[in-house]
Amino acid sequence: MPDQEIKTKKPAAPGGPGQEIIDRRKQVPAREQDPTERVRNFDEVTCTYSESEAVKEAKRCMRCKVPQCMEGCPVGIDIRKFVGEIAEGRFEDAANTLKEKNTLPAICGRVCPQESQCEKLCILRMKWKPVAIGRLERFAAEHEKQGEKSSIPEWNGGRIAVIGSGPAGLTAAGELAKMGYKVVIYEALHTAGGVLTYGIPEFRLPKGIVNREVDYVKSLGVEIRLNQIVGKTITIDEMLQEYDAIFIGSGAGLPLFMGIPGENLCGVYSANEYLTRINLMKAYQFPDHDTPIKKSGKVAVVGGGNVALDAARTARRLGAHVYLIYRRGEKEMPARREETEHAKQEGIEFRLLTNPTRVIGDDRGWVKGIEVVSMELTEPDESGRQRPIPVQGSEMVIDVDTVIIAIGTSPNPLIVRSAPGLKTNKEGGLVVDDCTGMTSREGVFAGGDAVSGSATVISAMGQAKEAAKAIDEYVKSKRKQAAS
Amino acid sequence: MYSIVSKSELATYTTQLIVDAPDIARKARAGQFVVVRASDKGERIPLTIADYDRENGTITMVIQPVGGSTGKICSLREGEVLHDVVGPLGNPSEMIKSGTVICIGGGIGIAPIYPIARELKASGNKVITIIGARSADYLFWEDKLKAVSDQLIITTDDGTRGIKGFVTGPLTDLIRSGLKIDRVVAIGPLVMMKNVANTTRPYGLKTIVSLNPIMVDGTGMCGSCRVSVGGKTRFSCVDGPEFDAHDVDFDGLLARGRMYADEERASTEAYQHMKDGVPLCLTRR
Repeated sequence: MPDQEIKTKKPAAPGGPGQEIIDRRKQVPAREQDPTERVRNFDEVTCTYSESEAVKEAKRCMRCKVPQCMEGCPVGIDIRKFVGEIAEGRFEDAANTLKEKNTLPAICGRVCPQESQCEKLCILRMKWKPVAIGRLERFAAEHEKQGEKSSIPEWNGGRIAVIGSGPAGLTAAGELAKMGYKVVIYEALHTAGGVLTYGIPEFRLPKGIVNREVDYVKSLGVEIRLNQIVGKTITIDEMLQEYDAIFIGSGAGLPLFMGIPGENLCGVYSANEYLTRINLMKAYQFPDHDTPIKKSGKVAVVGGGNVALDAARTARRLGAHVYLIYRRGEKEMPARREETEHAKQEGIEFRLLTNPTRVIGDDRGWVKGIEVVSMELTEPDESGRQRPIPVQGSEMVIDVDTVIIAIGTSPNPLIVRSAPGLKTNKEGGLVVDDCTGMTSREGVFAGGDAVSGSATVISAMGQAKEAAKAIDEYVKSKRKQAAS
Repeated sequence: MYSIVSKSELATYTTQLIVDAPDIARKARAGQFVVVRASDKGERIPLTIADYDRENGTITMVIQPVGGSTGKICSLREGEVLHDVVGPLGNPSEMIKSGTVICIGGGIGIAPIYPIARELKASGNKVITIIGARSADYLFWEDKLKAVSDQLIITTDDGTRGIKGFVTGPLTDLIRSGLKIDRVVAIGPLVMMKNVANTTRPYGLKTIVSLNPIMVDGTGMCGSCRVSVGGKTRFSCVDGPEFDAHDVDFDGLLARGRMYADEERASTEAYQHMKDGVPLCLTRR
């Protein structure tokens, strides 16, 4: 749509008598904790919009006849509708609209990469900043009716096992429970939530919010069994005796290392270990909590995704000076833009176009530095990003006492190793039917990072929703077959 | 869940817990371990399954209170509960048939060597077991091990029981005696396992060790337990815990084992302060 049209088109004026003048030029900023303050605590960085801020921002929405934003949402939220409801002050209705398509709006509002999904396609973005759909989602989620018991639907006779209580597992379980299935989630750790609990830090996603979403799924009648390792405590084959179908949402939990010398020195962590110690085990409260973490002086975090930034900002909050070492440039970083900005404000030192070549240890086996080489970008690779290659002779050493590797994860092999006939691709992801999400084993479905390798919360939820539908169809057709 | 059915002191600084964990008992096999958390603020501690009773749904763990977390686990009483027990983790011990195997257990490693010796015996092997400890006060399960071994040899560092010296003494004697040995399995402190590896290496004698490094989740998620084996990085929790002793980088493991030495001291002191004078000053396994 050309710019002119944006300016001249009459505002739909959702909340007013038609005369209200709406200035669409400026996005309502979200209040944030001051950077100097927040590097000393683990409290949430960004504040939720106040009611007036939310209404003001929601009124910027053009209410397009064909809303492009909705094309960008992996779970198909009716964005125009919920934003309109906020503009009219009907916050609870907005929350309900969200809940129709998204089981976890409070979480998605905070961790979705909106700038490459809904907000990327917002028509206002042609001229100004897009409607802050993510912040509005987060705001609306706060207005869900609290304390009201979800009605547990009548049991349809079916039983489903869900493996993993992360975004994919919670979504699949919630959807299936709403259809009337008895659902049991098997979680390997001692706390539910998967990556939402062990991976994403408190300052970006407060655990109180994760717990609320977990409780919501439980309120639908879903049972969560903790400390159950599928592949060890119980196998897929045993589960198939007891359940009509299985959904695997076990994520991509296996950390990748670079394979450079010195990676097994003391002081080298995977981001998974570092974040798990902090988020799940509360090591920052040692010795009140029993799990320790090293107090670091200077930390090198390797990687450019959300996990790398989470690790960097966590180390910063524990008092370290942090270098973020990434082999490409800033615009190639896969992290959410807001997180990159926040990291900069917090004093994380970005070393872009830089790649580690080895970790250097002292005579006691502890990290004392990291050798890096400069990189330059060449022609685009299959991901469309320019491929980085090292600049000869540009090696230099950065003095650090801790190195955190955050270059990605791959799916955990424990389930596959114990379940004959489950096919995986060369990255370790489960091979599934594109339409149904069914794996190579009948009645066993999968979605999320266990299939795709490390991706986003929302794409895992999108796949889980599709799989839940397919599971329902599968179970029903099985029954029909059995009856005839 | 996970209530302590029975607790006993087997030897000095050696506590046996028998815990109600039917899901784990049903699946446990020799060589596997569990991850235990004493309380909701507890650290996740890997402990080898020393025995299991499928009928009664219990597993047995033998623990040295070497630090804050193990101290808290050992201070629980009969009838109290462990907050979390997860497992069985790791790969079961590889079994061979109709051979001669030397099983070596050092210190607290005497406990996990028991189910392995028992299964090897049941698979038709000749089993010679060597157990060693710093002194007679630290020895336990002699009768249990005698019952599943063709021969039981005991060593103590100070000579208060059995042969004076380390487990590598009788091991060397056995190798030199010309006995045809198919395999050695050793579990104990890292230094002991390293010495066993060095003893058998010149003879090309296949030797298996079971590693127990620092872990968080025990399911392959954190990579804390990584170890270089034959030049390749492996995770003890999902690729092990048993590896070919001749390929293991013990020096790297020894260094990584000291990663939290300072914090461990702080935690132990905090715990001692809380418990008022429980002695917990053993070297870390």
